[in-house]
Amino acid sequence: MALSREQMAQRVAREMQDGYYVNLGIGIPTLVANYIPEGMEVMLQSENGLLGMGAFPTDAEVDADMINAGKQTVTARIGASIFSSAESFAMIRGGHIDLTVLGAFEVDVEGNIASWMIPGKLVKGMGGAMDLVAGADNIIVTMTHASKDGESKLLSRCSLPLTGAGCIKRVLTDLAYLEIKDGAFVLKERAPGVSVEEIVAKTAGKLIVPDHVPEMQFAAQ
Amino acid sequence: MAGFDKRVYSYEEAMAGLEDGMTVISGGFGLCGIPENLIAEIQHRGTRDLTVVSNNCGVDGFGLGVLLVDRQIRKVVASYVGENALFEKQLLSGEIEVVLTPQGTLAEKMRAGGAGIPAFFTATGVGTPVADGKEVREFKGRKYLMEESITGDFAIVKGWKADHFGNVVYRHTAQNFNPLAATAGKITVVEVEEIVEPGELDPSQIHTPGIYVDRVICGTFEKRIEQRTVRK
Repeated sequence: MALSREQMAQRVAREMQDGYYVNLGIGIPTLVANYIPEGMEVMLQSENGLLGMGAFPTDAEVDADMINAGKQTVTARIGASIFSSAESFAMIRGGHIDLTVLGAFEVDVEGNIASWMIPGKLVKGMGGAMDLVAGADNIIVTMTHASKDGESKLLSRCSLPLTGAGCIKRVLTDLAYLEIKDGAFVLKERAPGVSVEEIVAKTAGKLIVPDHVPEMQFAAQ
Repeated sequence: MAGFDKRVYSYEEAMAGLEDGMTVISGGFGLCGIPENLIAEIQHRGTRDLTVVSNNCGVDGFGLGVLLVDRQIRKVVASYVGENALFEKQLLSGEIEVVLTPQGTLAEKMRAGGAGIPAFFTATGVGTPVADGKEVREFKGRKYLMEESITGDFAIVKGWKADHFGNVVYRHTAQNFNPLAATAGKITVVEVEEIVEPGELDPSQIHTPGIYVDRVICGTFEKRIEQRTVRK
């Protein structure tokens, strides 16, 4: 079975370490905040200018001046700081964020990522994504392995305009966890019940399959 | 106005001197911390052919979106413009030009513009369409793009509190691009929720020192929320 959005978030959360400063993109990456392991302290950065994002507010706490990068109302946790957008991107560009998690349309074997523009359709803009992929060393891309029509999103070469070049080393899809190394995807883990053959069939770029590919484990909910 | 008293008492006075074809830099992220009354005054004045530099371009009928109604904007420099149907229509019909700029690069363009730095190098956008036509230079084995800074004829800014000297503090994440925009305008206009007595703001807590600010006006704000999200 392909992973659910929640399971993808759970798997990514295992890459957290105590004391990490983490930027989570919109969509599945946002859900990662729900699965930070017990007893571990992580500080979430929101690129509009908040370090230490807390829970969503209660009705009474809602404040128009307190939002995250997805423009959702949020709160600040104890230990948070708030600053300008220039300061925020100094943290990002300067390599101070320990882990960045973001979505994508396509990733390729050279570590290129395309996530912001589909020519011919409306171009909404890149927001902070180009800064995030250029500034972080430790990035996890989350996306479905193939489109609804079955077209692979793990390619030899991205077909869409890039968000960043040569910056992606790790990808979690609904089918597999992969690393990008020496011009190839390396299959590290597979979703429970998903065969290596299915992953091979749905990966367009060069894929290296080790002798043993462990299944991801999830506790029964 | 006398000495360091930068207060003005009408929005007409606040935006006096804005002319067709000028560049206006605006603070705000989405609809958070936008100078909503200064934008409304630009609509009221009917100024045209504006270049607007702002992270976003408002929504239909609010924020910078109101300047699209009578086609007052010629060009937008922004990182994300996805919340506005009228904008999309004018973009596709070629009535408006958009220069999509990575968010951190946009913030730094304003900061650099206000700080007298004409250009800077950033790794953001290397190998992407953003790099088209820009100088690429290598430092310590990595490629960087040269990005030119931005200044405006006007900067419009939303603060929380100010004093008559033009010292400003912002509230929570309504800070965003505001202190950067404030530094980069030939004429910087700040609208705030409250103008406090001299000495009331702690000098070490000021976000925007008054030297950057030309006019201060006290207003009332709708503060519309784009994505009201609550926990149960």
